[in-house]
Amino acid sequence: MDITRFKSKGFFIPGLISLVLLILLATLPLSLGGYTVVLVTTILMYAILTVSWVLFSGPSGYMSLASAAFFGVGIYIGALLLPNTGQVLPLLVVVVLGGLASSIVALGVGALTLRLRGIYFAIFTFGLVVLILEVLNWWEHTVSHIRGRFVMVVDNETIFYVMLAIFVATMLTFFFLRRSKFGLALQSIGQNEEAAAHSGVNVTMVKVLTFALSAFFVGAAGVVWATRLTYIDPYIAFNFFLSFLPVLMAIFGGIGQIYGPVVGAAIFAYLQETLQTEFPEVYMLTFGIVLVVVILYLPNGIVGLIPKLWRRISGGQHANT
Amino acid sequence: MPILEGEKVTKYFGGLAAVSKVDFNVDQGEVVGLIGPNGAGKTTLFNLISGAFVPKPGVIRFKGENITGSKPHQICRLGLSRTFQEVKIFANMPVMQNVLLGSLFGTPTGMASANAAKEAAELLDFVGLSAVGKTPAGGLTLANQKRVEVARALATKAELLLLDELMAGLNPTETAEAMELVTRIRGRGVTIFMIEHVMKAIMGVCDRIMVLHHGEKIADGTPKEIATSKTVIEVYLGE
Amino acid sequence: MPESIVTILDIAIGGLLLGGIYALIAMGLSLQYGVARVLNIAHGEFIMIGAFSTFTLYTVLGINPLVCLAIVGPIIFIIGFLLHQTLFTRLRIAAPNPGAYEASSLLAAFGLLFVIQNLALLGWGADFRAYSYLNFGVNIWGAIFSANKLVILGFAVGIGVAFYLFLIRTRLGKAIRSAAQDPQTASLMGVNINRVLSICFGFGALMAGIAGVLISMRVPLNPAMGLQYTLIAIIVIVLGGLGSIPGSFIGGFILGIIGEVVTHFEPSLSLAAYYFIFMLLLLVRPKGIFGK
Repeated sequence: MDITRFKSKGFFIPGLISLVLLILLATLPLSLGGYTVVLVTTILMYAILTVSWVLFSGPSGYMSLASAAFFGVGIYIGALLLPNTGQVLPLLVVVVLGGLASSIVALGVGALTLRLRGIYFAIFTFGLVVLILEVLNWWEHTVSHIRGRFVMVVDNETIFYVMLAIFVATMLTFFFLRRSKFGLALQSIGQNEEAAAHSGVNVTMVKVLTFALSAFFVGAAGVVWATRLTYIDPYIAFNFFLSFLPVLMAIFGGIGQIYGPVVGAAIFAYLQETLQTEFPEVYMLTFGIVLVVVILYLPNGIVGLIPKLWRRISGGQHANT
Repeated sequence: MPILEGEKVTKYFGGLAAVSKVDFNVDQGEVVGLIGPNGAGKTTLFNLISGAFVPKPGVIRFKGENITGSKPHQICRLGLSRTFQEVKIFANMPVMQNVLLGSLFGTPTGMASANAAKEAAELLDFVGLSAVGKTPAGGLTLANQKRVEVARALATKAELLLLDELMAGLNPTETAEAMELVTRIRGRGVTIFMIEHVMKAIMGVCDRIMVLHHGEKIADGTPKEIATSKTVIEVYLGE
Repeated sequence: MPESIVTILDIAIGGLLLGGIYALIAMGLSLQYGVARVLNIAHGEFIMIGAFSTFTLYTVLGINPLVCLAIVGPIIFIIGFLLHQTLFTRLRIAAPNPGAYEASSLLAAFGLLFVIQNLALLGWGADFRAYSYLNFGVNIWGAIFSANKLVILGFAVGIGVAFYLFLIRTRLGKAIRSAAQDPQTASLMGVNINRVLSICFGFGALMAGIAGVLISMRVPLNPAMGLQYTLIAIIVIVLGGLGSIPGSFIGGFILGIIGEVVTHFEPSLSLAAYYFIFMLLLLVRPKGIFGK
C-alpha cells in the first residue's frame, strides 16, 4: 500500500542524508565563504525554480513556461519594497509578499487557462512573460518614466541563508505533496484528466492550487534575487530564458526522482557561473547542444543514467529493477 | 422510485442533435440497458448524465436532485459514477492507487486514508484483482483494465453505475465473466445503467432496455418487448 | 488628398506589407507545426540566417538580394530537411505518444534556437547590420512608399499564393495535406510519411529563409532578431487555426494590419497587443478564428 509505505520505510535514511547535507550547506559561509557562497546561492536559486516547475508540471503533465513571469513578479516586488533609498518592509516580509504576488498571478492565469490542453498551455504561459515584459516596458517608458531601479544591498550571507530557507521549504513541500492525497490527485490528472474528474477529483481546483503553490516559491526566490542583482529593469526581471531553464534542468537531471531536478540545476548553475561571464556565446551554444543531446539520448536525464550504468557495471543482474 | 430521471435531454454538436429530447428514468435497484446503432448518441447521453457535457435544453435529476450543469466531480460525489467506452485508467499508477483515488475523492464525505485504503483493497478483491494491486494499471489486459475502472467507480460509493460497453473487445470467456460481475455489482445494491453491443449479454442481465436511434429514444421496454419490437428490428436490420 | 486619408492609406499598405511577411512566416510554421507536429521555436532563427546570408552576399559579393532568394531558399530547405530527417524523425519514433513528441520536439527546437543564434553571434557579432537596396520613394495616390516595401509585399504575396497552389494542385501537395489530416491513414495510403514530414519541415524553413531575405531589405539585422518573428508566427497559426495553411495566410494579414494600427499609436506596444489578442483568442476560440 503506497501511501502508508512512505511512512514506515524509505523515510529515515533519505531524511538523515538530507539533514546532513542541510547542515553542511548551512555552515558553508563559516567554512568556505566568499565566492563559494555566491555560487551556491545561484545553484539554490536554480534548484528552487526547477523543483517548483517539477512540482506542478511533473505530475500534471501541463508544461508551464511561466517561471520567468513568476520570478519577474518576485524581482519587481523586491525592487519596489526594498529600494536602495531605504527599505519599506523587512526582507523576510517582502520575500513572503513576493511569493504571494506570484501566487496571485498564477491563480488568475491558472483559472483562465488550465482548461487549455497540451501545447496551448505552454504557449499561453510563455506569452504571459512577453506580455508582462512589454507592458511593463511601455509603462516605464511612457507613463512612469522610471528606467531601471536600484535595489537595497544585502550582504551575501544573508542572501544565502534566505535562499537556503526558501529552498528547504520548496523541497519539503515537494516531498510531502508527492506523498499526499493532493499529490495523488495531481498525478491522476496528468495520467487521465477526464477519468480523474469522473472519479471525484476537482481537477480545476487541484491544478490551480498547485500552480499557485509552485509560483509562490519562484516569486519568493525572485525577491531575494533582486537584492543580489542590485539593479533591475524589465528585461533583467522578465528574462524568458528562465522559463525554459527549469524545464531543461529538470529533464537534464531527471524528473523521476526527487534529487534529479536538483542535480540538473546544480550542474547548470555551476556551468553558467563559470562560463557565462567570460564566454557568453560559447555558454549558450553549449547549452543548446546539451539540450538537444539530452533530449535525444537521455530521456530519463542524468539521474536516469546512473541505474543504467550500474546495471552495465554489475553485469545485468538488476535488469528488471 | 426513479434514482435517475431525464426530461427532454438534448445536446447539439454544431447544427447536429447528437441527443434529442430524450426522456428517461432508471429505478432504484434496476439494471437498465441502453442500445442503438453506432452514432445513436448513447455515449453522448452518458456524458450528459455524468456531467462531461451539459444538456441544452433538458433537465437531469439524480435522487430527486437537479444535477443539470453540475461538474463531473460533484456528480460523482453524489453517488453517480461511470466507466468509459475507451478505457480511461491511470496507466502508470499501480492498480491499487487507481482504485484508491475513487475512495479518496469520489465519496460523498471524503474518507480518511486508512479507511479509503481498506475500501480499495476490498474492491480489488471484489473484482478479482487483488493479486495485481501493485502492477501499473497500463500493464493489465483489456478485460482487467475494465475491471480496474469498475472498482474505481464502485470505490466512490456509487449508488448508480454507468457502464459504457463493459464487454466490448472481450473474448467469450471474459464476456461471461463480465456478465457475472454485473450481476454481483447488482447484488451490492448498486443500480446499473449500461450501454452494450453484445446482445446476449444485455438480454441476459437487464430488467429493461432503452433504444436510441439518431439521438432519439425509439423504444423502452423489457428485453422480450425489445427483441420483438418492429421498430427496433427495422432500425437494426435497416442499417 | 486630405492628410487623414493619406495616413489611413499609409497604415493600410504598411499593414499589408507587414501582413505579407507574417503570412509567409506563419505558413512556414504552420507546415512545421500543423503538419510535422514540431512547434519550431527556432523558426525565427531561419529568418535570421536568411537575412544575414543576404546581407553578406550583397555587401561582400554584391549579389542582388532578389537573386539571393534563389540561392538562400534552396540551401535553407536542405538544412531544414536534413534537420528533420536526423533530429526530429528520431524523436518522433522514440516518443511514446503525440503529446510527448510535441514536448520533446519543442525542447529540441529550443536547443536549436540557442545553437543557431549563438553561432550567428560568434560569426557576425552582436551589432545591428543594415544595407540599402531599392531605397527610393514611389508615389501611390499621394502617399510615398519606398520601392523595397512594395517589392517585399509583391514577393510575399506571390510566394504565398504559389505555395498554396502547390499544396492544392500537385501530388506532393496532396500528400502533405493528407499527412496533416491523418498521418496514419496517409502512411497506409502509401505516403512515405517520414519523407513527407521532412519535406514539410524543409518547406517551413524555406519560407522562413525567404522571409528573412525580404526582411533584410528593410529591417536592421541582429542575431537575436528571430524570436519575435517566431512568437508572431505562433500567434498567427493559432489565430488562423492550427494546420490550416490558408488560415495562417489570412491570419498573417489580419495581424499585420492590427500591428500597423497599434504601431501608429503606440509603437512599443505592438508585440504586447499581439499577445493580448492571442490570449483573448485562446480563451474564447481555442481552435482559432478559422478553426472547425
